[in-house]
Amino acid sequence: MIKVVHYINQFFGQVGGEEKAHIEPFVKEGFVGPGMALNAAFKGQAQIVATIICGDSYYAENEEKAKATILEMVKEYQPDLFIAGPAFNAGRYGNACGSVCKLIKENLNIPVVTGMYIENPGVDLYRKDVYIVPTKDNAAGMREAVPKMASLALKLINNQEIGSPEEEGYIERGIRKNYFATERGSKRAVDMLVKKIKGEEFKTEFKMPDFDRVAPNSPVIDITKAKIALVTSGGIVPKGNPDKIESSSASKFGKYDIEGVFDLTKETFETAHGGYDPVYANADADRVLPVDVLRELEKEGKIGSLHRYYYSTVGNGTAVASAKKYGEKIARELIADGVQAVILTST
Amino acid sequence: MRLELGKIFIKDVQFSNQTKVENGILYVNKEELIKEVSGDERLKSIDVELARPGEEVRIIPVKDVIEPRVKVEGKGGIFPGFISKVDTVGSGRTHVLKGAAVVTTGKIVGFQEGIIDMSGEGAKYTPFSKTNNVVLICEPVDNLPQHEHEEAVRMVGFKAATYLGKAGMNVEPDEVKVYETLPLLEQVKMYPELPKVVYVYMLQSQGLLHDTYVYGVDAKKIIPTFIYPTEVFDGAIVSGNCVSACDKNPTYVHMNHPIIEDLYERHGKDFNFLGCVITNENVYLADKERSSNYTAKLVEFLGADAAIISEEGFGNPDADLVMNCNKIEEKGIKTVLVTDEYAGRDGASQSLADSTPKGNAVVTAGNANEVVVLPPMKKVIGHAEAANVIAGGFSGSLREDGSIEAEIQVITGATSEVGFGYLTAKGF
Repeated sequence: MIKVVHYINQFFGQVGGEEKAHIEPFVKEGFVGPGMALNAAFKGQAQIVATIICGDSYYAENEEKAKATILEMVKEYQPDLFIAGPAFNAGRYGNACGSVCKLIKENLNIPVVTGMYIENPGVDLYRKDVYIVPTKDNAAGMREAVPKMASLALKLINNQEIGSPEEEGYIERGIRKNYFATERGSKRAVDMLVKKIKGEEFKTEFKMPDFDRVAPNSPVIDITKAKIALVTSGGIVPKGNPDKIESSSASKFGKYDIEGVFDLTKETFETAHGGYDPVYANADADRVLPVDVLRELEKEGKIGSLHRYYYSTVGNGTAVASAKKYGEKIARELIADGVQAVILTST
Repeated sequence: MRLELGKIFIKDVQFSNQTKVENGILYVNKEELIKEVSGDERLKSIDVELARPGEEVRIIPVKDVIEPRVKVEGKGGIFPGFISKVDTVGSGRTHVLKGAAVVTTGKIVGFQEGIIDMSGEGAKYTPFSKTNNVVLICEPVDNLPQHEHEEAVRMVGFKAATYLGKAGMNVEPDEVKVYETLPLLEQVKMYPELPKVVYVYMLQSQGLLHDTYVYGVDAKKIIPTFIYPTEVFDGAIVSGNCVSACDKNPTYVHMNHPIIEDLYERHGKDFNFLGCVITNENVYLADKERSSNYTAKLVEFLGADAAIISEEGFGNPDADLVMNCNKIEEKGIKTVLVTDEYAGRDGASQSLADSTPKGNAVVTAGNANEVVVLPPMKKVIGHAEAANVIAGGFSGSLREDGSIEAEIQVITGATSEVGFGYLTAKGF
């Protein structure tokens, strides 16, 4: 019998909601929650021997520790297969599912499968590493997702050849593989051209990525009169991180008042960013968010003024779709506040 | 402009005391051929070997492949600007030794030269495993600068192809194909109801051994211009490239341009093929901007409704491809792009160095980084150790038993960006 270990979060593990998101990973023998449907979908060919349940916040904030613990737990059961989720559109859960799957695949070299909604930030982060089955954006899609995950998992464990994403129902991993077509390239190009001319459906052989280039704005005419704002993805927050911006895959951005602040000190500001060594940013957050320099320029009359609020989020592991959403919202507020120029700092 | 291409099918190549074509066999007088191509004091020695389909033979490092052709009727001669004067070619009648090819090899010039295996795994990737090859092994004098070395070997290839081509002068072709493109206004009138198509033919011109020539002119120095498709069949465009072997266009591929052939195939049925706009791929931004502006302007001026755009090379020219695509699409002209990919050995990296959402119809010739193992061959023509340094190879590519582990980038014509081959890629 193929032995399966299943990973789920505190919610699907029936421990509790957001108030239980801090719980450390623990194991339950057999299946729990969605594991029941999954187990049934294996139709006797595989069996869930254990379920690991971990709080989403705990995983996000203690990733390395959580990974070490979970790896040991999984090893105990010597599984042949590992399944995580499905996470639907839950961002931290999606990240955890992707991260755990990658961990198990790399360390135990067994097939892993997870499931997520296409816009879950975990998709962008882990699609290259693991098979992710596309799901609906909420748990109503469970019934549909589970059989697909089970069938792909069985194919993997039986070493069956995995076909294209359309054939097998997984999210394209972006792995390019060569094969010989039946027509030479020039003929395929001419055929495609004829279809494009006629307005018929055609299929590109390579999807060009959309880099979403932003055309630079025209320069500020008189910088000595301009109101300038600071916006950062470097995670600089008032000490204590009042909005609890996540260290990775941020689910929000913060807006902070710096009226009367002339210098960011280690007593007053810090970084929430988990993607770089925080020592120097915590010692002097001006290194990431140069409030001190802008205050000097303001005093010298070289800029009009520094905007009263700065905006901050964490760029680390944050999906492009989320970043775009935050950026649009921040830009709208800045325009409404009459800001003419923004200095963007990253890390 | 009307050209008859008379194809004489060559099934075998053999040495003989007389150079001639008889019953589909190309006989080669080795001494006479060597004499014909000799005379350049920059080359210390020239030798000739034969390599036939299915033989356990490897040719390495391959510089260029050229098809023997001869002008039977009409103006000018093959390879205008090099072998022949610069008369306008592309009309009249040309004979082709179809199935034969001249391959040049010898000490490596640059890093970006190729491999042709006549059998085994590698043979699947190169179109020149299916041709009967007359291989010219050219060794340079000591300390010859690379660009002179390239030029000397390039000329040997053209001379050899011209010499062999003449053997087909008075032979009755097995097949005659007629290609015709009229002057623009007449061509438009011929099929007024059909959409008009132009081919945008990008020529590798990054310089420093990355050069292509048009009637003898270095393509770096051209402003994008119009060329009749049939001119190309007479060798008006030739390769002087030491670019990655997989996706440069050897002279043979220019002469047998597959996109032009396949556009002619449906010309008058699905569209009206007006001709080609040639453009370059220079490295300076101003050059890229100027050439892509000019190309788009010319395609619009010709009245095209749609265009195929093909790239040659990768990386830097990806930017030219994207500029051409954007500027032509912005004029409301539909495009299909032909390129190849460098997605890493695992296929997981970004395939192109530039991108545009307007490029929604792309034909790919495959991932050039994919790794292949080429089995040892009984005979190696050239220098096997080049495998360790050519683009796509690495130190240790050539194994002790004579096999080669390298990216398919090393194989001549493996990922042809004019779609000469069948290889492609899909996403998993």
